[in-house]
Amino acid sequence: MGDYPSRSASTRAGGSSVTARHARSAGSGVSPIPPDDLDGSRPPLGGGGALPRKARFSMEAGFRGLTTAAGAMVLVIIVAIAVFLVSKAVPALQANTENFLTYKAWFPNDAEPKFGIAALAFGTVLTSVLALIVAVPIALGIALFLSHYAPRRLANPLGFVIDLLAAVPSVVFGLWGRDVFREPVQDLSVWLNKYFSWLPIFGGDGPFGRSIMLGSLVLAIMVLPIVTSLSREVFQQTPLMNEEAALALGATKWEMIRTAVVPYGKPGVIAAVMLGLGRALGETIALALTLGIVFNISFNLIQSGGNSIAANIANTFGEANATGRGALIASGLVLFAITLVVNMAARAIIYRRREFRDSAA
Amino acid sequence: MSLLEQEVPGVVMTPDHIRSKKLPWPVDLGIAVVALAVSAAVVYGLGIGNWVLVVVLGVAFYLAGMFAAASRVEGRRSARNRLWKTLIYGACLLAILPLASVVWTLVSKGAARLDGDFFGSSMNNIGARDANGGAYHAIVGTLQQVGIATLMAVPLGVLGAIYLVEYGRGKFALTVRFFVDVMTGIPSIVAGLFILAFWVLIVSPWFNNGTPRFSGFAASLALTVLMLPTIVRSTEEMLRLVPGPLREGAYALGVPQWKTILKVVLPTALPGIVTGIMLAVARAAGETAPVLLVAGGAAAINFDPFSGNQSSLALFVYQQAGDASRYAPDRAWTAALTLVALVLVLTIAAKLLARRNRLS
Repeated sequence: MGDYPSRSASTRAGGSSVTARHARSAGSGVSPIPPDDLDGSRPPLGGGGALPRKARFSMEAGFRGLTTAAGAMVLVIIVAIAVFLVSKAVPALQANTENFLTYKAWFPNDAEPKFGIAALAFGTVLTSVLALIVAVPIALGIALFLSHYAPRRLANPLGFVIDLLAAVPSVVFGLWGRDVFREPVQDLSVWLNKYFSWLPIFGGDGPFGRSIMLGSLVLAIMVLPIVTSLSREVFQQTPLMNEEAALALGATKWEMIRTAVVPYGKPGVIAAVMLGLGRALGETIALALTLGIVFNISFNLIQSGGNSIAANIANTFGEANATGRGALIASGLVLFAITLVVNMAARAIIYRRREFRDSAA
Repeated sequence: MSLLEQEVPGVVMTPDHIRSKKLPWPVDLGIAVVALAVSAAVVYGLGIGNWVLVVVLGVAFYLAGMFAAASRVEGRRSARNRLWKTLIYGACLLAILPLASVVWTLVSKGAARLDGDFFGSSMNNIGARDANGGAYHAIVGTLQQVGIATLMAVPLGVLGAIYLVEYGRGKFALTVRFFVDVMTGIPSIVAGLFILAFWVLIVSPWFNNGTPRFSGFAASLALTVLMLPTIVRSTEEMLRLVPGPLREGAYALGVPQWKTILKVVLPTALPGIVTGIMLAVARAAGETAPVLLVAGGAAAINFDPFSGNQSSLALFVYQQAGDASRYAPDRAWTAALTLVALVLVLTIAAKLLARRNRLS
């Protein structure tokens, strides 16, 4: 995502439609074995009986079958993920003595397994949404800066650096969040608690530090490069004509951006945000290192606490027995379902606007 | 007589004069200084915070003051333009701070253990009070797991992309394409759980007298699941860039389609495909969660990816981060620096290769 080599060009030279049309007509018109003639029912084209008959097993059919199998592999994997996760989750869910969807604690290794997804799912969604609320405005600002404000000499290297940051492994961000970023966030939490404790989200008596706020801020910093990189691509694709038309009507630069760039890029930006959300929901290690790992449902952002599905898997996997593993797999299944829905929604938005199909990967 | 020639005395019609009035920059600077001074006075006068609050309040005061002044001099629309420009520049500065901090910490803390011992020894028999110990086993694990995953994911991904571009028509191809995109967003921990449920718990007991067993190969399988959609997508985009006339030329010479693809289309798109593969490899090398779930992690060197626990650099960072020893954070940061260096070298090489690519 965001790292695919130059894709804006794909609408020009040899786009899909051109290639497909030519490959087909040229193939069936000239080649002795029409590529679309799989069962050999048609007579060979192009000149009487001089051409060889279609072999029962041709390289063409073999290669075609090979590539089709590789393509189908993707579907097989997606289905296999669902099937195997369900098959391992069901025994654990049957052994569960509490309601999986509403129970708020995680004791799957006991003799009477008790576990529920409620607190985990809540923490997952809360941290991801908070991260996006922080990251998206800043990411859009940077994307606009790179595409419309910065001089080209600055924008290109800066965009390169943003792409590099998108490649930094999440464990590094997690380590940084725990060792470095925790102190400033703790100071901020104490300050917020001192002056704004009348707000429930900033209430509590401490301890502060490894809180929802730290987790979501680290998550925001991780999502930032991805959203920036994708929306920059989209903003850069705004037709120059639209921009110039807006300017010619006397619009200021901001009005030009509001009336020409933003509406054009809106589906792409929405898709970028959804993909960022998908990334944030599935983030494991950074949250395992920065959240306080407490099973509760609370909107308090600054008190130590918070947990997420993925972080819980990473933290409790080491001491899980068979039921415990099944319980973790069941929670992974919930995560899989959530991210699948988010991703499919993002893809559906991209697919509706053809221009972005090859851009916002 | 046209409008332009009607000379009004005292008015010269040049672009400089047509321009509307602008807020002079000394005024702008003055507003900034005053805003900072006021905010410092408020914050320290009331004793409600430190210099961070001064800066935050100062920026807010500056924006308000600048907007008011510009509204008077330049008009409302222009003032709004100015406000948004400042906000956008501000967003850029705001984002650079934490990212620069990450890079700085990585280099300064990572340099602590950057010695030969770190790259030449494992964590075997290293107790909590031992300052030495290294990541050799983790580096071996990362290279083996990512290598095997690349060997599996590249043929599968490239063939899948060929199907989508050259053969795939109709509903099935659209479905495959859609699910490739959806698969890009599968969380790495779900891929890890899948391989745990499929390979470690169901398949591996067949080879191991009925007990499930972690292995580096299982981690490779999970990484393959993560790399596959990335490789398919990037290869597909590169194949679509190959000009149609190249294919037609081959067909006109009587070359069958499969040979055209292998001898004409693939070589033309090769640099771009390699770029995509390197980016996928870089992403897979940094994954922690799947390795944690299916390779288990180990302290000793294990050269055999098919049996026994293995570690990886990312997992090493995570495990050292959770270690109580006072020497563990140094090891974690140095391993993180090594990992980032590995990933960045791959990414930069891929980007440079992409720049030389003639197709794009």
